[in-house]
This record gives sequence, C-alpha cells and structure tokens, in this order.
Amino acid sequence: MSASIPQGIADEDIGGPAQPLLSIRGLVKHFPIKGGVLNRTVAVVQAVDGIDFDVAKGETLGIVGESGCGKSTTARLLVRLIDPDAGEVLYDGLKIGAQDGLDLREMRRHVQMVFQDSFASLNPRLTIEDSISFGPKVHGLGAKEAKARARELLQQVGLNPNLFVRRYPHELSGGQRQRVNIARALALRPRLVILDEAVSALDKSVEAQVLNLLQDLKAELGLTYVFISHDLNVVRYMSDRVMVMYLGRVAEIGPVDAIYGNPRHPYTKALLSAMPSMDPDARTQEAPIAGDPPNPINPPAGCRFHTRCPFSEPVCAAKVPDLAAVAGDAKHAVACHMNVAGSGHSRTAGAA
Amino acid sequence: MLEYLLKRILYAVPIALGVSLVCFLLVHIAPGDPLVSVLPADASQEMQEQLRAAYGFDKPLPVQFGLWIWRALGGDLGFSIATGRPVAAEVWRAIGNTFMLAVFAAAFGFLVGAFLGFVAGYYRGTWVDRASSALAVAGISLPHYWLGMVLVIIFSVQLNWLPATGAGPGGSADWEWDWQHMRHLILPALTMSVIPLGIVARSVRALVSDILSQEFVDALRAKGLSERGIFLHILKNAAPTGLAVMGLQLGYLLGGSILIETVFAWPGSGFLLGNAILQRDLPLLQGNILVLAMFFVTLNLLVDLVQTWLDPRIKRG
Amino acid sequence: MSAASAAVSSEAGQVPVASRGYWSNVLRRLARDKVAMACLAVLVLILLAAIFAPLIAPGDPYRGSIIRRLRPIGTEGYPLGTDELGRDMLTRLIYGGRLSLFMGIVPVLNAFLIGTFLGVVAGYVGGKTNMAIMRTIDVFYAFPSVLLAIAISGALGAGIFNSIVSLTVVFIPPIARVAESVTTQVRNLDFVDAARASGAGALTIIRVHILGNVLGPVFVYATGLVSVSMILASGLSFLGLGTKPPEAEWGLMLNTLRTAIYVQPAVAALPGAMIFVTSICFNLFSDGLRSAMDVKL
Repeated sequence: MSASIPQGIADEDIGGPAQPLLSIRGLVKHFPIKGGVLNRTVAVVQAVDGIDFDVAKGETLGIVGESGCGKSTTARLLVRLIDPDAGEVLYDGLKIGAQDGLDLREMRRHVQMVFQDSFASLNPRLTIEDSISFGPKVHGLGAKEAKARARELLQQVGLNPNLFVRRYPHELSGGQRQRVNIARALALRPRLVILDEAVSALDKSVEAQVLNLLQDLKAELGLTYVFISHDLNVVRYMSDRVMVMYLGRVAEIGPVDAIYGNPRHPYTKALLSAMPSMDPDARTQEAPIAGDPPNPINPPAGCRFHTRCPFSEPVCAAKVPDLAAVAGDAKHAVACHMNVAGSGHSRTAGAA
Repeated sequence: MLEYLLKRILYAVPIALGVSLVCFLLVHIAPGDPLVSVLPADASQEMQEQLRAAYGFDKPLPVQFGLWIWRALGGDLGFSIATGRPVAAEVWRAIGNTFMLAVFAAAFGFLVGAFLGFVAGYYRGTWVDRASSALAVAGISLPHYWLGMVLVIIFSVQLNWLPATGAGPGGSADWEWDWQHMRHLILPALTMSVIPLGIVARSVRALVSDILSQEFVDALRAKGLSERGIFLHILKNAAPTGLAVMGLQLGYLLGGSILIETVFAWPGSGFLLGNAILQRDLPLLQGNILVLAMFFVTLNLLVDLVQTWLDPRIKRG
Repeated sequence: MSAASAAVSSEAGQVPVASRGYWSNVLRRLARDKVAMACLAVLVLILLAAIFAPLIAPGDPYRGSIIRRLRPIGTEGYPLGTDELGRDMLTRLIYGGRLSLFMGIVPVLNAFLIGTFLGVVAGYVGGKTNMAIMRTIDVFYAFPSVLLAIAISGALGAGIFNSIVSLTVVFIPPIARVAESVTTQVRNLDFVDAARASGAGALTIIRVHILGNVLGPVFVYATGLVSVSMILASGLSFLGLGTKPPEAEWGLMLNTLRTAIYVQPAVAALPGAMIFVTSICFNLFSDGLRSAMDVKL
C-alpha cells in the first residue's frame, strides 16, 4: 500500500479538442498604492485591465510586450498566485474556484508555471530531488513514489538522475537549474504550463537547448504552453499564436504568421520594426516608437497607445477601441480604431 | 519629505501610548493588591480614600489607565511609598544627575568609539583593525558594573586618586561646576562610556568598510582625489547612520545607568530606581521608568528626524 | 529513451560540482576559525565544570566559617581565597557557572522560540496580522533593554523565575524583528510562489520552505544575545532582583563581595572576571558562526 494522488474531475479531457483549455474573460487586476500620512490608497496600478483570450488545447500561445505591460501579472493570475479583481478563468470549460467548477487545489495540478530566475525559484536548502518531489507529496503521493517520479523527470529533462538528485541548486549551472525548474513544474503532470520569461536569463546557446527541450516535452507529453517573453524572435520560434499586450490590455492577437507577417496594430508594427532581424538585408531603417511607455498608474484615456502612436487622432483619445477581428481573418483580432470601419478614424480599413 | 516627518511623528504617538500602557501595567503584574502596593505604609485614612478615588481601583482597567494617563500628563505620578513625597518631584531631581553622567559618558565613548571604528574600517584587515575590533568586542562583553568596581579598586582603593562614590563632597546630591564635583564624575562616566564605545566602534567600522568597498570610492581615487578628500567623503557618507547609532546609544545610557549609579552611589534616576526596587516602592519604580522610557521614545524620534534631514536619500515606508 | 533525453547536450551533461550540504560547509568553515574554536573550547570547559560541579569542586559552596573570611588568592586549601562568609571562592565560582549560564541561555532560548514564531507568522501572513504583531513588538522595543528587564523584574519581585520571565520579554522583540525581516525576504522569493502554485498550504510552506531559510540567521543572531542575557541576568542579581543569597551566582557574588574591595580587591573582582570571560567567548563564537554562515543582518 502506498499513498497516491487522488483522482480529480479534470484529469481526463472534458470538452474535446474544440473547447479551449483556458478561457479568460474580462480579467482585471489593479494594485493599490498606499501612501500619505494616513496610509490610504493614493493611486492604482492598472496592471491588467480587462483582457480576454483563449488558449487552445495543444497550442503554444506567446505573450509579448514591453516590461510593465502586464505579462507577468497575467501569468500570476493564470496560476492564481494572485487573485483577480474581476473576470473569470475557465479551465476546459470549468470555472476555477466556483462551486460547480474546478476547485483551486485540483487546478494547481493541471496548471503549472516556470519562473524567470532559475536560482530564486529553487529553495537553496533543498536537494534537487526534494524540490521536484515537493509538489507530488503535497498532493498525497507517497515519499518513495515521489522520489521515483523525480528521477524519472530528471531523465526527461535531460539530466542524469544519478548525478543530480542529491545536488543543491548552487552547484548547478543556470541552464541545468532551469531544467530542474521545468521538471518541478511537470512533477504534477500538468496539461498547461505557463513559461514566464523562462529562458530570458540564459545564455543564447543554452537558451536554444532549453527551447528545444520544451518543444520535445510538449510533443511527448501533449502539453499546452503559455509562453511569455519580451524576445520577439524566441516567441516567433515557439508559438502557434501570439498575443501583444500594451499597458494591461490586449493590443493584437492572432496566428504567429499573421502577427509577424501582417501586423495591424501600430504598436505591433513598432515592436517588430525595433526587433533585430536575423537577416541583415531585411533590417528596416524605420525609427522605432519614441519615448517610454506611459506610467500604468495613470494610463492614458481611450486607446492607451495613442500618446505614442504616429496615427493618433482625436477619436483615439476619446474612445477605447474594442478587440475586433481583422477583415478576412477571423483568427486575427486587433484593438485599433483604424481596423473598424466607421469608428471615426480617417484611416479606417474601409476609408483607406 | 514633509510627509515622512509628519508620518514619523504621528507614528510615535501610539508607541508612546503603548509604552505608557506597559508602565501602567507594571503595578498590576506585581503580586498583591495594587492599592496596597502604591500606598505609603503610614498613609492616613484620608490619603487612602484620596488615592483610591484618584486611581479608581474599583473601576475597570481601561478606565484606570485613562485616569492614570490623565494624571501623568498633568505631572502627577503618584506618591513614593518610602518617602511619601510626589514621585514626579523625586524623579525630576534625580534625572538631571543622570543626564550629566550620560552626556559625559556619551561624549567620551562616542569620540573614542568612532575613532577606533574609523581607524579599523580604514585599515581593514591590518593589525590596527584587529586590535581595535578586539577592543570593541571586549567593550561589548564587559559587565560594566564590574568594570566600575575594578576602576574603583584601582583608582580609589589602590591609588587613592579619585573618590569611589557619590556626586560631590559630603554626599552633595546637587551638581556644581567645580573640580570637587568633576572628580566624582570621572570614574562613573568613564565606566559608562564603555557601553557605547564598543557598539559605536563596531558600527562605524562596518559603515566605513562598507563605504570603502563601494565603487564610487575607486572612482574618486581614479579621479586623483587625495586621501584627505576621500576621508572627507567617507565622513560625509557615514555621518547620518553614525549619528543615528549614537543617538540610540545615548538613550540606552539614560535607561541603563541604573547599575553604574548603584556601584558609584551616584544620585541619579538609576540610583533612585535601585532604591525603589530595594524598598519595593512601586509608584516610584513606575514613574521613574515611565519618564526614562518617554525620554527614550522622544530621543528615538529626534534621531530619526535628524537623520532624515541629514540624508534625504533615505526613503522609508 | 525518450525524445527529450536524446537532447542531452554539453550543457545539461556537465557534471555538477559536488559539494557537501550547507551545514557541513558551515561546520568546516567554523572549524578553521581559530578564535571561534578557542572560545568554544573555553565555553565547553566552563559548561562541563558547571554540570559536574559536585565532582570537581574542592569544597561545599554553602559552608563558610567566620574565622577564615576573605582570605587572599593563593591561601593554602583555598586557591582563589574565600568570600565574605568564609566560603571557598573556587568552589563557588564553579557552582556559580550553573545559574549564570542557565540565566544566560534559557531566556534567549525562550525568546528564540516565541520570537521566531511571532516573526515568521507576521512575515508570512503579512497585512493586518503583521501590523498587529510588529506594532506591539515596537512598543517593547521602545524601552532600553536594561530598563525593561529591571521594570518587569522590579514589579514581579526577586527570583530566578521572575528574572527569566523579564529577560525573555526583553529578547522577544529583537528576535521577532530579525525573524520577520528574514521571513519577508524569503517569502517573496520565487520558490515560495512555486510552492504555492503546487497547491501547498501555508503550514507546509512554512515548515519546508520558510523555516529552513529563516532559522539559521535568527539562530546566529540569538547566539549573540546570550552574552547580553548573561550580563543582564547578573546585573539583576547584582541589584538584588535575580537569585537570592546564599545561592552561588556570579552576579550575586559580585554584589555581596562589593564591600570587600577594600580588603581583598582581587577576590572581589573574580566573579566579574568570570562573567566577562564567558560573555566575550559567546560574542566571539557568535561572530565566528555568523561569518561561517555568511549571514548578513
């Protein structure tokens, strides 16, 4: 007799391949800033301000944007390290945290996360084996089985279990530590893994190896990824679909080829033109967007990008553009008045 | 900046209230009836009634606390059991002597401590550093009441240079600026100065070696700044924190003088406190501790404010 | 062989540099610190002498004689002289270590347990709980330590138990503060978030992830307080607030021998010298431990 992880309601696929694994509706997270003599809330950081998107089963959704755009807050909301102020998250059609939905504890098993800082995300006092087997033990797996699982996972992420189980994090290289973190995230056999800048801190050569490992693991284990990065090249390499965020909102979302080949939002275009190209001949001379992103404490009214947008018109400051499908491509959506006929912008798709 | 100052001052109010509450409760954690423990032994019936009414011992604790605070704010700290005199007057008379002792001890201890610490930090890793660090550790580990005894043995008993006890000739308890009184001050002040000396030396050493290891010092050297210029730079950077450490130490001296005052029979608030303990004079104990603790809280506040003013970069939440 | 393990590459295949566990590293570094080891030896010697006092001490710590009061150091049969009641000083110094060490260690140990608990709870839970705990701690912190110890002891009255209570109250605030600040730091590290994301409850996270990283630094800090506790405890006895005569305790012995400084100054200074030696050894050992653990406070 040995302890094992109890059965959950979402262990097997529920809604079939057509149902998104994750559906985000109207997700909002604001952080109050306290200050003043009486320590009252003096301002609010609108880190995530009403975003909607789906993650299909088996796909990789890339999320890009400048620092401070809400990528990391979104990641933390998805794994419920922080609670949203509004909106809902459905996992395979089940509302997380709801009475008739998926309880939080079970959701933890299905949705896991890999952090950016490979060192800070491993407890320096625990051996690699203890770090990896911690999660399964929390969910009731016996100590012996958890250890066996840790060894098996080390093998899967390309580390020789015999050499690594008894080691401590400071004895490993950055790439090895990140492999351990991936093993730790996989220890609960999740279906969805959130990768929050998971390779950003690694050297380029190591980064490539870890990216390949992630691709292999995805194919082998049938995983779904949300891949967050500020590196557009890496996102392009990894993702099936890409979501561009700007100051807590979705600017554009669509298939990777559409976003990179036919960007519709001026912000996406600016990001891509600022991207160092692999091909020297293809480098643009176009100037990237000017200035720093505005402060998320007091974001601009209307379209949040209008203060830096070369096509800004009065309507942009007055009205928030809806995220709407691009004509001719239902999978590609953009939040820009230029995309909507009759929005009042002089360069709308029709008027051009 | 102004907001921080205001916040800091506002923050001191609940702390002061809390400190008063602890002092108030002292009488209540003492074994026995609180009324008996604050009553002079020869109290008349009339005085008993008067005290009972004033203290409100029949009322609930929070009300008693309110009454007590109210009277304390008006300068009424009750009556000493031993002498029957008002506690406030007794404490005020004694605290001047403690101040005198603490200021002299602090001045000496800070100077020597800062010097030792500076030298040690500046010559990190050399024998100078080791010697002054050893001296600092010794200063921290010394039971100062014992040091007092040893100094008395050497300078009073063996050499007969300085008086062993008291604050002035013929048991005079009131300070005067003359050589006779100064002679009485030397040994206790010297003894007391050892308390801050070690800690100031250690903090200053840490500060200086920390500043020296920062890159801007290398940049200054690279720019060709003289060692004297670098010295001034260190001084400027170390001053706010150094001052804060010293301010706190002065507070500890005021509060920790009891043992030294007992050894030297120095007629200060600590000596008074020692007597209060010997005679189980709880009102005197309570009042004395309240006054000393309030001094400490105020000093803490002042140190913080001065530090902010000296070093506006310090950002505190 | 899975597809992923085929991806074993130069980077993943590097053999990690083997090193011993954290604590054996600390011990090794500590063992190389000559000053710390010498101090440890002295402390162990004093501790053993105190524990086995009835076996080592040449005489009876309580039996004195008026005719042989205050003999000097080096007297036949009394190598360290006799005290004001004619009791053998060597014997009383050996016995005195029992209470003095006890009074140095027990309050710090109590405060370590209570203070760490309060600090970890305040640091981990945060918010209003943190406010409530830390503001209360601040109030006690607002007293100079000597004054607080004397205030509580003075109100409770003399006695060993009362002294321990008052010293425990004195040491809880500084320990709780250190524990709270270390916990807050650790709590914000990603591995705690990772543990939360795997569904662990607060108690499990504190047990597995927080305590292991918090206890070390707090313990080092606490060892530095033992010498303060010894000096304070002896000070309380010196004021007549700690142990009561005829008990052998260094602080009390110093007090009762105070009048003897004119007759036998060297004998009168002995108990204080014991306090000094023990306390400096505790301080230096604590310093050594701190640098061996590379703890920054």
